[in-house]
Amino acid sequence: MKRQHSQLVAFAGLWFAASLTIVILAIIIMYILAQGLPYVNLEFLTGRPLEQGREGGIFPTILGTLALGAVSLVLAVPLGVGAAVFLTEYTRPSPLTTIMRFGTDSLAGVPSIIFGLFGFIFFVTRLHMSWSLLAGGLTLALMVLPTIIRTTEEAIRAVPVAYREVSYGLGASRWQMVRTVVLPNALPGIITGIILSFGRAVGETAAVIFTAGTALNIPTSILSPTRTMAVHFYILAVEGISLQKAYATGAVLIISILAINVLANALITRSVSRAVRR
Amino acid sequence: MTPKIEIDQFSYRYGDEIALNTISLQVQPNTILAIFGPARGGKTTLLRSMNRLTEIGEPGTHSGRILLDGQDIFAPGTDIATLRRRVGMVFALPVALPMTIFDNVAYGPRMRGVRSRSQLQDLVQSALQSAALWDEVQDRLDTPAQALSGGQQQRISIARVLALEPEVILLDEPTAALDPISTAKIEEALMELKQQYTIVIAPHNVQQAGRIADDAAFFLMGECIEAGPASQIFTMPRDRRTEDYITGRFG
Repeated sequence: MKRQHSQLVAFAGLWFAASLTIVILAIIIMYILAQGLPYVNLEFLTGRPLEQGREGGIFPTILGTLALGAVSLVLAVPLGVGAAVFLTEYTRPSPLTTIMRFGTDSLAGVPSIIFGLFGFIFFVTRLHMSWSLLAGGLTLALMVLPTIIRTTEEAIRAVPVAYREVSYGLGASRWQMVRTVVLPNALPGIITGIILSFGRAVGETAAVIFTAGTALNIPTSILSPTRTMAVHFYILAVEGISLQKAYATGAVLIISILAINVLANALITRSVSRAVRR
Repeated sequence: MTPKIEIDQFSYRYGDEIALNTISLQVQPNTILAIFGPARGGKTTLLRSMNRLTEIGEPGTHSGRILLDGQDIFAPGTDIATLRRRVGMVFALPVALPMTIFDNVAYGPRMRGVRSRSQLQDLVQSALQSAALWDEVQDRLDTPAQALSGGQQQRISIARVLALEPEVILLDEPTAALDPISTAKIEEALMELKQQYTIVIAPHNVQQAGRIADDAAFFLMGECIEAGPASQIFTMPRDRRTEDYITGRFG
C-alpha cells in the first residue's frame, strides 16, 4: 500500500473512532431526554413521590443525591488530597510507596457492588449506622478515593520543580512550600478529580442501595436513610412502577450532572486564569 | 581577615559519580568569588551544597565541611531554613512564582513569619531598589511577575533573595538566559551589592568572571584546578589547563 493510502486509511479509522464516541454519547443523552423531559415540570422537581413514585415528584431524591454526594466528598477530598501530597512530596520512591500506590490502584478496580457489600456489613451492621447518609457517604468515599488520589498526584507532579526549588531556597519549610506553591498550582487538576468523583458518586446505584437505603423521605440528619436519583430511577424501572417517571428522573440526573460539570469547568478556568494573572 | 565561607576538603558524589573532589576554598566577606570552568565541572553542585539545596530531590552524599562564619553548615541541629535565609540562591533560569511582583519579593519574609504590611512594603521596596528593578515596576507591584521580561524576572529572583536580608548570595549562571543589556544591569547590581553581601557566582563565561570577580576559582571535572585573586588568575594563570580554558583553547 502506498504511503498516501495508509495515511488516508489511518485518518479515516481514527476519525471514525472519535466521531463514534460522540455519536453514542449524543444518542444516549438525547434518547433519555426525549423519553423523560416531557414529564419533567415544576411539580415533578419540587413534589414528593406518591404511590412509591408512580405519581408525584422526586424532590426528596434530588436532596438525597446532593447530600450523599456532599457527604462522600467531604470525607474523601481531605483524605485523598492528603494521601496524594504525602505520596508525592513527603516520600521518596520506596517499597512502601509502591505498595501504597498498588493498593490505591487495586481499590480503583474493585466492583462497586463489593463496596456496597462491605459498607453494608461494616458500616451499616457492624458499626450500627443503619441505612444512612453517613454509611452511604463513607462507602462512596472509599470508592472514589483512588480517583481523587490519582488525579491529585498527577496535578502535583505537573507543578514545575523550579517552583519548589525557589520556595525551598527562600527558606520555606516543606509544609510552607506545599501550601504556597504546590497546592495553589495543582488546584485545577485537583478540582477535576473532585468533579469526576462527584459524578461517580451521584451515578452509583449498587453501593448506595446497600448502604444509604431506599427511603423516600426527605433526609433530616446524617443518620437518615435516603434515596438518590440514580437509585430511584433503578427501582422505578426494575419494579415496573412507572417507566415515564423513571425516564424523567434520568433526564433530571443527566442534566444536573451536566450542569455541575459546566459549572465546575467554568470555576477551573477562572481559577487557572487567576493563578496565571497573579 | 577571617573568611565568610570556608570550604574544607569538601567532596560530593552522586552514587558512583564524583561531582566534587576534595575542594578547599575560602570566600572573603564583601567580595565576589567567581567559580568558572566548562560544564560538568561541579560549579552548580558546589553552589547548591553551600545552602544545602542539594538535599532536594535525589541527593548524593558529601564528605568534608563547609563553614559559614566558622560554623559547619552540616552540623547536626543546623536549621536548614535559617541557613537558606542567610545564604540565598539565584538560579540560572529566571523563575517568577505565579503570583504578583510584590508577593514574589515578599515570599521569603512571609515564610519567616513577617506579617506586618508596612514592614513587608519596606523590605520589598529596598530589595527591588537594590536589584535595580524598582523604577521599572514600582507602579505595578500587584501585577503578575510572570508577565515581566526574562531580564526583569531574573532581577525579581535577585530581589527575592535580597528581601531575605541574607549574608551570602549564590548565583548560578544568572545571566545564562539573558540578553546583553539585561546582563549588564545585573552585573552592575552585583558590583553594588558586594558592599553589603558576600557573593559567590558561577559566571556565564570567562569574560563575565573577569569583569566582576575579586577572586576566581577554575573548576574542571570536579576538581578545583587553581584559585586566587582574579587579577592573577586571568592574566597569569599558574596551571596550563586554566590558561588553555581562559584563552579559549577548549571549553
